[in-house]
Amino acid sequence: MTEHLPVLQVALPLVAAPLCVLLRNRHAARGLAVLVSWLALAIACTLLSQVQDVGVISYKLGGWAPPLGIEYRIDLLNAYVLVLVASIGAVVFPFGFGTPEQGLREGQQHLYYAALLLCLCGLLGITITGDAFNVFVFLEIASLSSYTLISLGRSRRALTAGFSYLILGSIGGTFILLGIGMLYMMTGSLNIADMAEQLPLVSGTRTVWMAFAFMVIGTSIKLAVFPLHQWLPNAYSYAPGVVSAFLSATATKVSYYVLARIIFTLFGAAFVFETMGLQRLLMPLSVLAMFLGSAAAIYQRDLKRLLAYSSIAQIGYMTLGLSFANVSGLTGGIAHLFNHALMKGGLFLVVAGIVYRIGSSKIEDMRGIGRSMPLTLAAFVIGGLSLIGVPGTVGFISKWYLVLAALEAGSMLIAFMILASSLLAVVYVWRVVEVLYFPAEQDPSSELKDPPWSMLIPSFLLIGATIWFGLQTDLTAGVAGDAARMLLEVAE
Amino acid sequence: MSPSTAIGLAIALPLLGAVGIQLTGSRPNLREAVTIITSLLTFAVVLTLYPVVTGLAPHNRPELELLTVLPGVALAFQVEPLGMLYALVAAGLWIPTGLYAIGYCRGHDEQNQTRFFTCFALAIFAALGIAFARNLFTLFLFYEILTLSTYPLVTHYGNDDAKAAGRTYLGILLTTSVLFLLMAILWTWNLTGTMEFKLGGILAGKAEGPVVAALLALYAFGTGKAALMPFHRWLPAAMVAPTPVSALLHAVAIVKAGVFTVLKIIVYVFGIDLLGRSGASDWLMWAAAFTLLSSSVIALSKDNLKARLAYSTISQLSYIVLGGALATAAGILGGGLHIAMHAMGKITLFFCAGAIFVASHKKNISDMDGIGRAMPFTMGAFFLGSMSIIGLPPMGGSWSKWYLAMGAADGNNAIFIAVLMISSLLSIGYLMPVVGRAFLFPPKVSEHSHGEHGHGEHGHSEHGHGEHGHGPISAWLARIFPGFHEAPLLCVAPLCVTAIGCILLFFYAEDIYNLLLPITQSAPAVTVER
Repeated sequence: MTEHLPVLQVALPLVAAPLCVLLRNRHAARGLAVLVSWLALAIACTLLSQVQDVGVISYKLGGWAPPLGIEYRIDLLNAYVLVLVASIGAVVFPFGFGTPEQGLREGQQHLYYAALLLCLCGLLGITITGDAFNVFVFLEIASLSSYTLISLGRSRRALTAGFSYLILGSIGGTFILLGIGMLYMMTGSLNIADMAEQLPLVSGTRTVWMAFAFMVIGTSIKLAVFPLHQWLPNAYSYAPGVVSAFLSATATKVSYYVLARIIFTLFGAAFVFETMGLQRLLMPLSVLAMFLGSAAAIYQRDLKRLLAYSSIAQIGYMTLGLSFANVSGLTGGIAHLFNHALMKGGLFLVVAGIVYRIGSSKIEDMRGIGRSMPLTLAAFVIGGLSLIGVPGTVGFISKWYLVLAALEAGSMLIAFMILASSLLAVVYVWRVVEVLYFPAEQDPSSELKDPPWSMLIPSFLLIGATIWFGLQTDLTAGVAGDAARMLLEVAE
Repeated sequence: MSPSTAIGLAIALPLLGAVGIQLTGSRPNLREAVTIITSLLTFAVVLTLYPVVTGLAPHNRPELELLTVLPGVALAFQVEPLGMLYALVAAGLWIPTGLYAIGYCRGHDEQNQTRFFTCFALAIFAALGIAFARNLFTLFLFYEILTLSTYPLVTHYGNDDAKAAGRTYLGILLTTSVLFLLMAILWTWNLTGTMEFKLGGILAGKAEGPVVAALLALYAFGTGKAALMPFHRWLPAAMVAPTPVSALLHAVAIVKAGVFTVLKIIVYVFGIDLLGRSGASDWLMWAAAFTLLSSSVIALSKDNLKARLAYSTISQLSYIVLGGALATAAGILGGGLHIAMHAMGKITLFFCAGAIFVASHKKNISDMDGIGRAMPFTMGAFFLGSMSIIGLPPMGGSWSKWYLAMGAADGNNAIFIAVLMISSLLSIGYLMPVVGRAFLFPPKVSEHSHGEHGHGEHGHSEHGHGEHGHGPISAWLARIFPGFHEAPLLCVAPLCVTAIGCILLFFYAEDIYNLLLPITQSAPAVTVER
């Protein structure tokens, strides 16, 4: 049984999704989705501990040996991302259990759960597979289901948001496919490990350079690297609350994983950073994202939009870590992938709880509600402190590695910029805290209270995790460090 | 109880107290009892550590390691002399401040008292965490907790003034700590590969020349709580908070956390040797001298009593920074002594300012003519506290100034003796007129009646009744002193105690001196013998 866990990881949600459609009952569909998400988490955790024990797991789908057959190849890095994606699913899917789904038409809710499960399946599939074409297939599964999920938002603008994500996401997907095609042309293989072995022989060709450019840009669109982030603010602010939480915590993280895989496993750090000089492009763009994303967040009137712009800045931290191409930087980037998922997922859930109570995500409608919703306020403050990077939270751990990476790379300026940009986070976080905390001129209705426990518990699980992993970093920075050393082929 | 347990308990008690206060919020008497009992217990536990520190050799100090956050970076505590001193100040002064806060809040019918006392206990928790921090990470963690836990206290009134003050407070303290202090910590880690405090410093041999000076600048300005100009604005801004909060800021925990951090880093990260040898701290002496003189001059110009005291604090903090920057044994001793001396003196002055406000609603010095007749205890205590701040015997403050001057002389920096003397003259100039007006000037009759009947115009935050707490004792006193009108007993008693404390410190300064002496052992020989 346990040797088939890799395929079950993907197959379970894939099978459960059509079951949801057949069930035609929102309670049954929801129960099934929650159950599957928990099973997926259990599988992912088992896989991670197996990888930690015995090293890389290679699973041959249908018994066909690679490079002809499809191989699921699990090393420390993707086991870690699997755990992240599955845990976010396991926490987010039960959010608001027992309360009506917001903004969905009667009789359609079961389809919503089918789409959520498909999205989970796609994201897990991208992460687990060792086959380049398989990556593209799962990428499309995840993308198509997320276009649907985004357009389910209550506002009509969710439709345009979903549509523009569809356009940009398809361009990104196509670029990736083009890149894969060119590499197939040059290497005759679709297995990533196999391609990686053959690429050095042909790495001087223009086709490989083109393939590299297509794949990096395509992934960057999905990852919302500045300035390819246009789809993200609208998508996250108009999507239903749970969807924003789920996608912000998983979709961009998986894209980051794909980018790291392309750079370090497929093409190799030497080719990417020495021949192609990617850091000369990626580093300035990351720094710009950190500053412009945070600056834009300061001026937002809608809380979900504010968090979305903050995500762009945080993605900047992750790509910055990547562009240093040293162990500290990559550790910081990979750790921040996990850490940012915790805090942003938690914060979007907190906002979903607020929206459930006051029916709006506009900041001005939230004046003084912290008085009647003290737990919500507390959760937001802790999540916000994590975004700022206060010691004792996960944000600090990421920043620690990133600044160290800058110092090791001898760039005092970048080190200062990382710290300075986190001060912008102080501004946009505290602006909201002030609105929530200080009493309004006219008292908000006295019936207002914290959202139900079915919403508070998932929010607090993620928000509490930002403190737990801020002090206990074996799973985050520890594994991230090992994964970074593995990618850079540096001995400990 | 083993010393390690005592460390954990000393830090955990205020945290438990905060939880207890929050839980008993609906029953004020019980809640206040929790504050008082917790503060007494905390002080008792801290006291049990005192003989351990004085008795043991430096390499054998009790430690408590909670967890390893990152490889080589642990959340860990250790008791050493300087931290012991700061812990004694913070835990010791929590008792009178707690009592005073109870009297003040009740006399004033403050809103949100539960939140107030909870955050107060959290601030003490953070202060003790700073005091016992074994490494830079732990210190930084609790430093930020201290900033954040005092934010609700500074913005207690929740109006626009409080909001603006809160922005300045958080803005300056977070900016300096994140941008400079964290940078300095990470740079130190990058250079040395350790964050543990070590007597004699960890930077020796790892950094030379301009790097040392640059690091010192990052540390000194990064510790915004030390209020070195130009990062001092948060301290006057925080004056909008209730007076017990000012006492917490100026005496008990916050600014002392700042100067403690500066001294600790100078002694345990740089090492007195390295600084004294390399001259990297020369610029810091001048920066501190500039701050201490210019803020004294600003204090002269302030009519609002609390604002004047705030600038006085900025000036006095720079004495301590100067003592560290001198990098001589006597300078460090003087700076350390001044942490205790200034705390005791300044807490007295702030208690008095609050008592005057509670009893008569006067904020401005120009309105306080003749107030000494109505409030003889308060103004008498104010006089004693002022003497200690100025540095006149028989007040504790005279010793710290003495050693600071000695430290300046030792390091061939005699010009700073002149700076210290000028500043003492200036402090006479800004403190003594308050006492003089109170006791020597005739009361302004119209102003007095305004004070008694004009409560209504003081905005919602300042409602209160000077009549609170007038029992048989004050009735009896009123017969002896005509026109007697003191603040409630819970306000007056603490300030009398701290004023007497200023005198006691004069006689017990030797104990503090002996406590601190081991930290200077890596410095050039102590030439000052008592």
